[in-house]
Amino acid sequence: MTIDVALIIKAIIILLIFGITLLIAMYSTYGERKVAAFMQDRIGPNRAGPFGLLQPLADAVKMFFKEDFIPSQASKWLFILGPCLSMLTALMTSAVIPFGDSVKYESAPGKVWDIPVQAIDVNIGILYVFGVVSLGVYGIMVGGWASNNKFSLLGAIRAASQNISYEISMGLAIIAILMMTGSLSIRHIVEQQHGGNWNIFYQPLGFVIFITCAFAECNRTPFDLPECETELIGGYHTEYSSMKLGFYLFAEYINMFVSSAMISSLYFGGYNYPGMDWVQAQLTGSLGEIAGHNVGTLIGTLVFFAKSLFFVFFYMWVRWTLPRFRYDQLMNLGWKALIPLAMINIILTGGAILFLKPLIVSFLK
Amino acid sequence: MRTLIDFVQRIFKTNMVSEFGTIFLFIVTAIVLIVSMLMLAKLLRPHKPNVEKLTTYESGEDPIGNANVQFNVRFYVVALVFLLFEVELVFLFPWAVVFGQATLIQQTDGLWGWFSLVEMLIFVGILVLGLAYAWAKGYLDWVRPQPKVPVIETKVPANLYQKVNEKYGRPSVNEK
Repeated sequence: MTIDVALIIKAIIILLIFGITLLIAMYSTYGERKVAAFMQDRIGPNRAGPFGLLQPLADAVKMFFKEDFIPSQASKWLFILGPCLSMLTALMTSAVIPFGDSVKYESAPGKVWDIPVQAIDVNIGILYVFGVVSLGVYGIMVGGWASNNKFSLLGAIRAASQNISYEISMGLAIIAILMMTGSLSIRHIVEQQHGGNWNIFYQPLGFVIFITCAFAECNRTPFDLPECETELIGGYHTEYSSMKLGFYLFAEYINMFVSSAMISSLYFGGYNYPGMDWVQAQLTGSLGEIAGHNVGTLIGTLVFFAKSLFFVFFYMWVRWTLPRFRYDQLMNLGWKALIPLAMINIILTGGAILFLKPLIVSFLK
Repeated sequence: MRTLIDFVQRIFKTNMVSEFGTIFLFIVTAIVLIVSMLMLAKLLRPHKPNVEKLTTYESGEDPIGNANVQFNVRFYVVALVFLLFEVELVFLFPWAVVFGQATLIQQTDGLWGWFSLVEMLIFVGILVLGLAYAWAKGYLDWVRPQPKVPVIETKVPANLYQKVNEKYGRPSVNEK
């Protein structure tokens, strides 16, 4: 009974990715409260542990120990299925994110494994993320409908309508990226942005469209109409309590992290940073081929997390800066502003690739 | 046990099917995690339901009627227009991948890029016509509540008050 070392490492990577995603989602709740406190000139959670660092654990314990009601009018199984679907789709998306370059491991002399720091590199990575994110609305829809509560139903319908409206412009923004890269694999897209050659410099309009849609897809302020507390009590999760409510809230924070990771992979070079070739050369020079490569990968991964966490912070920053949209404004922005803009972006990208690029190349010659 | 390991190893081989095998394992792990968290919570939490606790929440009042209320038909129209564009997106994904391929452009002397761009423009153009139609017909406008002006039957012409106000100015709060 011999199991490949590569297999073990792969399994460890899968569990590690789950662990890291959940940990980041947990500490995003802490971060959200601290950022909110900072922006409102308060202290924020500071009782559990030093600087309140154990607060997420205390919250989790509370979620576990709270009594769970299933309203007598609700459809019981759909009521349970809703938050589970939401959580499942949120967890599934992190499978294809390239967290770092690759880890090299020498199992026998001359036999070097090269294992990418990514659960799986499918050649249709972006389509996978896009598809799973689209499924995310079912969790909200099922939960909101099964609650048999008027507020929940309105929240669920709003969520469905909002998500499908912004999905289109998000897809169109992604298509402009694909036209440049010619690959659906997220790892290829990241590798093409080697060093400081990031897509944001070629796709500024696409980036603005993408980030707006990411806010809407995650139901974050200023697009948090499905759960806006001043109109709909709690929106789609009005009837939820205990761990099921925890799933909905947790799924939102995981979605935030995953979309931040997507933004940094698609537009900000993922684990690439300016001067990485020089750093890599120094490391392999001083530490040797394999160890140097691994340390370089570690630095790249840290850079990736720094970028992603900045965007998580950006979500919170925007939450305490912008007020909520009205529903007709939301729909107007989605259909009458973002979709035409995204179409224009595609045409501009096509023109730039066909006309501007040969011109610049011939000029540089 | 032996066959299980074989199965897991086969999933991890480096071809396309096995890549989705890993995603399958990922999904299984996620489901196990979710179910175990729900089960653990069920074991730990108290369970003392009563009629009051189990009523539907409606701002503290007893709920009136069923929750399956009528809602704005615009949601349905939006879903229909969405369907149109989502299908368009699905067709654009493969187009976007082959659009910028250097070998194809080289083989056709740059003609490929222009040809595929024009082709895409015609395809999207037809669909944009659909969006323009929906836009012009006002299907994308959300219905806003229109203020109802009450009709009062009186012999005094409606603009008389206006004229009086304009002539004498509106009394402000401070001068009463």
